[in-house]
Amino acid sequence: MAVSNVNNGVNVQALLDAREALKGAPAATKFNWRASCQWKNGTYSQTTIQKFHGLGQEQSHKKTFSFDADHPEIFAAEDRGVTPVEFLLVGLASCLTAGIAAVAQNRGIQLRSVEADVEGSMDIQGILGMDSDVRNGYDGIKVTFKIDADASKKDIEALVAQSQKRSAVYDAITNPTNVSVEIL
Amino acid sequence: MPSAYSVYSAYSVANRIERVTAVVVGAGHAGLAASRCLTERSIDHVVLERGEIANSWRNERWDSLRLLTPNWQSRLPGFRYDGSDPDGYMTTSEVIDFVSRYAAAAAAPVRTHTTVDSVRQTDDGYHVATNSGEWRCRALIVASGACNVATVPALRDAIPAAVECVTALDYRKPSQLPDGGVLVVGASATGVQLADEIQRSGRRVTLSVGEHVRLPRTYRGRDVLWWMDASGVWNQRYDEVDDLARARSLPSPQLVGTPERITLDLNALAASGVEIVGRLAAVRDGRALFSGGLRNQCALADLKMNRLLDTFDEWARQSGADGAPPERQPPTNVPDSSRLSIDLGSGEIRSVVWATGFRPDYRWLHVPVVDAKGRLRHDGGVVDAPGLYAIGLPVLRRRKSSFIHGAEDDARDIVGHLAGYLGARVDEKPGRSS
Repeated sequence: MAVSNVNNGVNVQALLDAREALKGAPAATKFNWRASCQWKNGTYSQTTIQKFHGLGQEQSHKKTFSFDADHPEIFAAEDRGVTPVEFLLVGLASCLTAGIAAVAQNRGIQLRSVEADVEGSMDIQGILGMDSDVRNGYDGIKVTFKIDADASKKDIEALVAQSQKRSAVYDAITNPTNVSVEIL
Repeated sequence: MPSAYSVYSAYSVANRIERVTAVVVGAGHAGLAASRCLTERSIDHVVLERGEIANSWRNERWDSLRLLTPNWQSRLPGFRYDGSDPDGYMTTSEVIDFVSRYAAAAAAPVRTHTTVDSVRQTDDGYHVATNSGEWRCRALIVASGACNVATVPALRDAIPAAVECVTALDYRKPSQLPDGGVLVVGASATGVQLADEIQRSGRRVTLSVGEHVRLPRTYRGRDVLWWMDASGVWNQRYDEVDDLARARSLPSPQLVGTPERITLDLNALAASGVEIVGRLAAVRDGRALFSGGLRNQCALADLKMNRLLDTFDEWARQSGADGAPPERQPPTNVPDSSRLSIDLGSGEIRSVVWATGFRPDYRWLHVPVVDAKGRLRHDGGVVDAPGLYAIGLPVLRRRKSSFIHGAEDDARDIVGHLAGYLGARVDEKPGRSS
């Protein structure tokens, strides 16, 4: 139920209309997201993103976005960008935050501010090959939201829970995904 | 010149096709409720039953199962519970007895041991082929149940052969499982009930929990289903529900019917030693992988339960209902770090019990009314084909539709529509031939 005087900058009606239109077009709902990564030097690489596929055809962002990834100096690198595991945190925080805006709009909740602090804990014995019992990836991720909105605490809790329920990145991190890596 | 009808009748007799106005498929509580309403309207009909009356209750339920609804709620058109324990919950044998006595009291025209092999559309209704004869009817009510087939995720094929797999339809009691650890997948009423009794049998249970519906057994001194009934939540109509597809596919609430009226939520299970893990997301290289999203699943269930209790409180405030003051359950105590994987080859898990839901079986229904996901296309039980109806499915016409006492209002509505359909057809016949 969209409430007209609430504006979080999300066109919920367009999303709801799209959901309705897509019911009869299963092929259009298949999306394919892409990134191209170029090694520069050391642990420094540059990834660009422009094209993707969806709604039955090739699509393009308005411009090419570029992301520098590297490691901090304590890893004997030159810190020309954030580490890849930090990109994962970017993805999670921005996905949950976007979800909160969309769900809030749909529920008629006016947001004033939404801040998320995300922290992932990791034991680097894994990636350094020091202990095979320690996993490479995060052993836990914690997201803390500070939300100022025209809503009760309960409604905000429900908003945050629903955002997790509908988040693609939250799903990708909490559930296994088959990954195939090939060489051309 | 003989009329079309008498020629047709002669043909029918020669081929032993019996003719009746309406056929009801299934003699469970819903089919019998529909039958009773047909009888009240003098619509001649037959109820075709593949086995005995209340067949699923006789053959497809686990031994310890009791109804989720208290006895006083067990009522069907013209019939209600009249025993000495209104607050108790019927065992399966008591349900079989209740439904059988109803069939007798209503003098329902049931043909037992008559399996419907196919239903096909004809010019003026349906042709029903069974293992003992054929029928022609103008209207047909599908009352064959919502739980004919156990739904098991495709990843079952990746479970190592050494681990025994049992579905909730095949499960009867803990002793049929091998000794050792048991992974129960699913936390609906079925999943929590099986997890509890298997854990009590001495087998260590791990319960895999996805989306679930948490409810306390009693609230403010009364059965929680009394509140569902009294507050009107259960009577909410299908066309008033926000997301109907979702409401129809919700897992059953985490309830159990016991004389002690215990609450069987995840906190209770954890207290008795059951290990709670996230949704079973994949089996890879012989390892079961569980979702790391358990905390949010529990948060959603707690929020949803509390919203429902708020609804009850609001109703109580407005209606002036007396009783104990509002109360809240403690939040689900989610482990700080639930296990994300179990090696199914280690011997820790000796069997898997799939409590991952049920679905109807419509393979016999050769009418194009079943969608790609195997669900009947219907609007409040009025199926998308002339003269075809359904009853006894979740949120068919109301939130209470799949419970025993939910059949009454649905049966009256559906049979009312059916009678209108037959009446309209009678009326339009002269117009058509002129």
